[in-house]
Amino acid sequence: MAIKIVERRPLSFAEKTYLPQIIAGLKVTWDNLVKPPVTLQYPDERPVIPAGYRGVPTLVRDPHGREKCVSCQLCEFVCPPKAIRITPGEILETADNNHVEKAPKEFEINMLRCIYCGLCQEVCPEEAIWLQGQYSMTGKTREEMVNNKEKLYELGGTLPDSHYKWDKKKAEAERQQHGHH
Amino acid sequence: MIEQILNDLVLSPAWYYTAARGLTVIVILMSIAAYSVLLERKASAWIQGRVGPNRTNHPLIAWIPFFGNVLMRGGFIQPAADGLKFLFKEDALPGHVRKTFYILAPCIALAPALISLVMLPFGELPSGQIITLCPGADIGVLFMFAISSLGVYGIALAGWAANSKYPFLGAIRGSAQLISYELAMGLSVLTVFLATATPDQNNALSLVSMVKAQTGAWNILYHPVAALIFLICVFAEANRHPFDMPESETDLVGGFHTEYGAFKFGLFFVAEYSHMVIGSSLFILMFLGGWHILPWLPTVGTGIFATLLGLGSFFLKLAAFLFFFVWVRWTVPRFRYDQVMRIGWRVLLPIAVVNLLVYFIWYAVKG
Repeated sequence: MAIKIVERRPLSFAEKTYLPQIIAGLKVTWDNLVKPPVTLQYPDERPVIPAGYRGVPTLVRDPHGREKCVSCQLCEFVCPPKAIRITPGEILETADNNHVEKAPKEFEINMLRCIYCGLCQEVCPEEAIWLQGQYSMTGKTREEMVNNKEKLYELGGTLPDSHYKWDKKKAEAERQQHGHH
Repeated sequence: MIEQILNDLVLSPAWYYTAARGLTVIVILMSIAAYSVLLERKASAWIQGRVGPNRTNHPLIAWIPFFGNVLMRGGFIQPAADGLKFLFKEDALPGHVRKTFYILAPCIALAPALISLVMLPFGELPSGQIITLCPGADIGVLFMFAISSLGVYGIALAGWAANSKYPFLGAIRGSAQLISYELAMGLSVLTVFLATATPDQNNALSLVSMVKAQTGAWNILYHPVAALIFLICVFAEANRHPFDMPESETDLVGGFHTEYGAFKFGLFFVAEYSHMVIGSSLFILMFLGGWHILPWLPTVGTGIFATLLGLGSFFLKLAAFLFFFVWVRWTVPRFRYDQVMRIGWRVLLPIAVVNLLVYFIWYAVKG
């Protein structure tokens, strides 16, 4: 490695008095003083949340309003802190989407346990659970910090869908049924 | 005889007048000290790109339509909240302290600051009378130096009474620093008095005559070196950055007031800011023309208008100077202890001596 010797210039008289440096420093702080503040007045002003932000996990519906979760419980199994608890349920015989067979009867995410790791979103085969822009969860009791199914869908809303997997399955099933005739 | 004393003390209107004046000045000093804390917090916030205190409010003030909001944003109610916090906190007395002196120390720190106030002239009434607590005293500056330096006894006593290492180190540093900078300060002031006082003058050391001597050029124009030395020494005497050796949070965890809390700490706080106010006032009176508005422009207008303008000018200069204190604090890092000593003894003192000698010879030759 080449050694580069830096020349140490002796201090000039002005530098030895230290005063020009102080005046230069005062100018720097003055420039900062007249600049507008860079802080955000947090509760009044909210930060802009970038797309893809991984906040509180939520459940989403597809654009037709169908709940996407099929209650497979993969997220419940993968969740490292065991924050998710799912009670599976049947879909009514009369319902439009009854070929999906199952939907969660109850879906609870305990936000006191959740570590925002995003494994639930990654493991979900139905793209039903998403970590979205909600970043501040508060509550006065432990119960309030557990998001139930209703709350999760309220937070999640609707996300665009590019597959319509179950609609395709239904169409395929019907086509095959017609083929047998 | 007792009746006579009672008559003189209690019933004579002059006594009430003096008490009222004293109270006014103490209230003014206290509020200036409180609001320089606010200035400190606000200015430091601005320099660091923050907003500073802007939430504290009182329902009565919030009720004022537009002005109330401005007051809240400016943090103008914050000093009251800060003061009340100190007042209502538990006044803990640690078990390992020397109790008498521990309680006495904050009072001893604050008292000199309040006492030296009596000599400060603020302005001139239309009748030519000086607005001050102790009119006619002809030893102004001597008294100020003698008394305000006593403030360090509070620090020394606090450090010793706290019976713990960091406060003790802080107290030692504070005393050493005061002794080191007092010399240079005195010599720089001597230069100025050499210029303004004539041999047969009666009240040569009076601050009033010092201000009156600056109707033309201000002393800072004739004595820039003395002004610079005095300025540096004021910073050192007020224990302000970059000379806040007795406190230095980073290496002494708060220094002399480490063991103090609640209102006793509040008293130290007020004392520190009072020293700032007094140091700045001295600098303004001796170098910046006191209540004169501009160099070669001592007054504008006549009568009470001129008086008010003079008072305004003095307090404007004071505010600017306090801001300068704060500005420097958030700019310059703290000196190391050995650097402080070196600057005091090996730089400022020789310069002050040479400066004095030069002016001395100059006046001797000039006659």
